[in-house]
Amino acid sequence: MTLSHRTTTAAAGIALIALAALALALGDVALAPRELLAALAGGLGGADQAAQIVWQIRAPRIAAALLVGAALAAAGCAYQGMFRNALVSPDILGVSAGAAAGAVIGIFLSQDALTIQAAAFGGGLAAVALAYAVAGAARGHDPALALVLAGVVIGSLLGAVVALVKTLADPLNQLPPITFWLLGSLASASPRDLALALPLVAVGLVPLWLMRWRMNLLALDDDEARALGVPVTALRLAVVGAATLMTATCVALSGVIGWVGLLIPHAARLVVGPEFSRLLPLAMLLGAAFLLIVDTICRTATAIELPPGVVTALVGTPAFLLLLLRARRGWQ
Amino acid sequence: MILEARQLAIGYPGRCIARELEIALAPGEVLCVLGPNGGGKTTLFRTLLGLHAPLEGELRVGGTPLASLPRREIAKRLGYVPQDHAPEYAFTVREVALMGRAARIGLFGAPAETDAAAADAALEALGIAHLAQRPYTEVSGGERQLALLARALAQEPLALVLDEPTANLDFGNQVRVLRHIRELGDRGIAVVFSTHHPDEAFHGASHALLLARDGTVRYGAPQIVVTAENLRAVYGVGVKVAQVNGTRVCVPEF
Repeated sequence: MTLSHRTTTAAAGIALIALAALALALGDVALAPRELLAALAGGLGGADQAAQIVWQIRAPRIAAALLVGAALAAAGCAYQGMFRNALVSPDILGVSAGAAAGAVIGIFLSQDALTIQAAAFGGGLAAVALAYAVAGAARGHDPALALVLAGVVIGSLLGAVVALVKTLADPLNQLPPITFWLLGSLASASPRDLALALPLVAVGLVPLWLMRWRMNLLALDDDEARALGVPVTALRLAVVGAATLMTATCVALSGVIGWVGLLIPHAARLVVGPEFSRLLPLAMLLGAAFLLIVDTICRTATAIELPPGVVTALVGTPAFLLLLLRARRGWQ
Repeated sequence: MILEARQLAIGYPGRCIARELEIALAPGEVLCVLGPNGGGKTTLFRTLLGLHAPLEGELRVGGTPLASLPRREIAKRLGYVPQDHAPEYAFTVREVALMGRAARIGLFGAPAETDAAAADAALEALGIAHLAQRPYTEVSGGERQLALLARALAQEPLALVLDEPTANLDFGNQVRVLRHIRELGDRGIAVVFSTHHPDEAFHGASHALLLARDGTVRYGAPQIVVTAENLRAVYGVGVKVAQVNGTRVCVPEF
């Protein structure tokens, strides 16, 4: 890591802290810097209105935005590196749809958070395994294209599963939580949800972080990587498991929030290049900052609360089309 | 012997591609592998690298049976240079060379000073140190081939396997890559490379191997293997082998 890349990553980290402070101050009740500091200093138990707003309402939501943004960006980096394909992401591979279908079934069968989480992970893993298997079996096609198409098709099948569960769900007791959750929102993230999600994201992230240099080797052809001494199949399975666990945890926490896992790795790659040990930290910082900005806009821009997926799609679609038109050979 | 094949049969269950292969390369010897497409060059290379099990026979690297070595140990002894291809990501040339150190870096490790030194020495040896910070996707095909060669050199291997290193290169770069292959031999590395140009067997190779579609194998010194009759038998076209300035050249008949 050269000094300039370190400086970039450090600057992104400082900017993220400033953004988080700004987000804590913004909202229906805007806080002046002095009020915000006083509320923060008061700690969790602060009794006045400002402290309650900051600690009870805004802090969990901001923490959820940072966690989900960073985790989706990290998962996106892992998928893109591992599948040697800068067009894949948790959304395009069908992982998000699989996790959503799993979570919806979980909500349908029980309201227990751990069951929903496990079902989301199972659904996500099944979706990516199926997409990868179908793409591998479809010989004679461009493998990158086959993987993207398989993921999209499987994603739409899983969308049908979600629709079926909604039809079967009890319209009074089950449908409202399903519908609300499907919209994708960070508003309902409680400290309890965060306490469940944080360790699960960490379980996915730690192996990626530890293997951050080795991840580069998965960007090579399988035979090349094997000839360099890398047990490709085992490494890829570990990385798929880790990235899918992170994605599924995010989906269980906040519903499907698209685009982060596709766009943020691209943006980070533009700045520090594809080398994974530089890419991963910057992508996580950018992902956290991006979702924080999006969520702050969602809760402050209009009188009604916007779903974050709407805003990420509004930003993501033109940005992706631009990337597609610009890219020739070799993603920067 | 650095690289040895004894009574080797390669192919897939039910489809033997070549049998009774005998290869023996001492340090610094260079083997040029020739043969038509579908003749088994790729299968031979995958077998040599331990990526594909032989049907029969045994391979040894530095005296150790290949089959007994874990992947990481094979990578410390055998380097592989694949055919030039369009990479997905714009790693720098130096980052590509550093990947050659993978077998010497722990699962959770990153390149250390010694690894950086080995990668830089490899770039230096191939005369591409000035390209170190350039994206690998933006250098020329010849330079990219040298970057892949640098990656293989950074493995500090006993032997190198190069898959059509001169394919898709312009004439000047073909000659440059062949010169580098000869220099690898001078460093005591045993080299196996494949090519579609029989002339290249006369440019510094000590041995030649001619694989035919019918599974027959011709192996030996280049002057003995790369002859007009053998080329006609394997490729099905008429060829004359002539001498120009003391070097043999193959001239097709039209």
